[in-house]
Amino acid sequence: MMITYRMFAVWRRNFTVYKTFYKASLVGNIGEPVLYLFAMGFGIGSYITEMEGLSYIEYIAPGLIITSSMYSATFECTFGSFTRLTVQRTFDSILNTPVSLSELVMGEITWGMTKSMISGTTMMIIMTLFGLYTPDYSLPLILLTIMLTGYIFAAAALCCSSIAPSYDFFNYYFTLFITPMFFLSGVFFPMDNFPEAFQWFSQILPATGSVSLLRYFFHGIVSSPLYFSFCLLVVLSLGLTIAAIKITRNRLIK
Amino acid sequence: MCQSPYIVEAQSLCKLYNGVAAVSGINFRIKRGELYGFLGPNGAGKTTTMRMIQCVSPITSGSLTVNGMFVGRDDRDIKAIIGVAPQDDSLDQDLSVIDNLVVYAGYFDIPRNKAISIGEGLLKFFHMEERKKARIDSLSGGMRRRLVIARALINSPTILILDEPASGLDPQARHLIWEKLRDLKSQGASMILTTHYMEEASQLCDRISIMDQGSIVLTGNPTGLVKENVGNEVIEFSISDNADKILGSINERYEIDGDLCIIYAKNPSSVLGKLAKYEISSLSRRPATLEDLFLKTTGRQLKSGP
Repeated sequence: MMITYRMFAVWRRNFTVYKTFYKASLVGNIGEPVLYLFAMGFGIGSYITEMEGLSYIEYIAPGLIITSSMYSATFECTFGSFTRLTVQRTFDSILNTPVSLSELVMGEITWGMTKSMISGTTMMIIMTLFGLYTPDYSLPLILLTIMLTGYIFAAAALCCSSIAPSYDFFNYYFTLFITPMFFLSGVFFPMDNFPEAFQWFSQILPATGSVSLLRYFFHGIVSSPLYFSFCLLVVLSLGLTIAAIKITRNRLIK
Repeated sequence: MCQSPYIVEAQSLCKLYNGVAAVSGINFRIKRGELYGFLGPNGAGKTTTMRMIQCVSPITSGSLTVNGMFVGRDDRDIKAIIGVAPQDDSLDQDLSVIDNLVVYAGYFDIPRNKAISIGEGLLKFFHMEERKKARIDSLSGGMRRRLVIARALINSPTILILDEPASGLDPQARHLIWEKLRDLKSQGASMILTTHYMEEASQLCDRISIMDQGSIVLTGNPTGLVKENVGNEVIEFSISDNADKILGSINERYEIDGDLCIIYAKNPSSVLGKLAKYEISSLSRRPATLEDLFLKTTGRQLKSGP
């Protein structure tokens, strides 16, 4: 399971494709968060005077960055990777070259992570322009959190793609995994009022950790044990990497 | 160490898929600079054999070496000297013609500038330089196939593996590909191809192996094999009532396929002399081809493929 610099050849392939339609992609990256900020922040936010000492728009800003990163990586490594795996047979072609399967998987995951970094960074710029964030020492830590989040969701999505028989399979993934994450990871409301079982469940969702880390870096609010959250993200990254390599190998090497 | 005259050597090579043998204990040796063909019906094990040589499908047992390196141990080094032109359209639909070559070169660690110049050279060789920036879906079938072969040549491979290089193409496109493959051969490339196209095999291959049900049935030079196993000419006619009597009178091998009787004649004039008195109207004679050999060795019945 040797992983060398050759994984970047796979990353570069995806980047070369991205360069040809990055404009359309950026429109989505910019348009969506602005829409969320208006709808949630000014729309719903005007009915909510205060959340843990913050205005509603301030409260949800860190979480929106995480959900946007989560969705970018997820879409890239579900629909995107699955297309390359099946319809386009890109993976088959790559495996005919000295690039190993592990390197192929790493190239895909790091590309999914890059996509989430692009949307996360775009969000950060917009948040800063809206005055919701003032860049300070926390910036590298915020970017690191986004990176880890993107990595985890890219790896998880690739696992899903490698077992998916068809595109319809992603319905399960989104309904059972991604959508609950969107609502139950403390982006829009604290989980304190939920039954205890839900609170525990929420704590082990990777997005919950990312959201609370980011909320801490933004506003100094501690909503979950931060070291635990950070360690969970690291452990999940490693575990999902191994799983993604194993599952993709089972799918492709016969 | 003296270099072996064989570029690929297989001994008792086996491949099982879930306990079912796709390739069962085959032996073959491909010489350097040779154009070697694997023929056989669908499911005969040709593609599986290719995939093992390419190091993408692990071998179950036996040994397989490529340029003195062992498949299963030196996979990365083997892949570096092989060029693969797959059967299906595996071109990168998201990239332009030249980017297909440049990105693929990246997998071989070829620097971008060098890749562009090699890529442009290959496009020129395959008469595609004007389509450099075109999208893949705007190319004709023949052009796509040429691009697949060009892509397989990007790392200047020692061995080129071609899976059905000209199937499904119109005659012009097919002949252009054959011409280019002959050019490559004259430059000293070793090539392995699989094909159903008998004409392709007889036009191009120095030697062929006919596979059936996971085994190699025959190996040799196409013309020699046909002469030896089929005969010089084939005489065909529709069966009439006195077929048994007719066939009994000739001393050659024959086969009956539906209402067609096929005689593989070593001595065609003597057969025709004997047949003359029966006044058969549907009689035809033609030279024996690889197709006759193929049908004779692998059977006329349609096999259900995988």
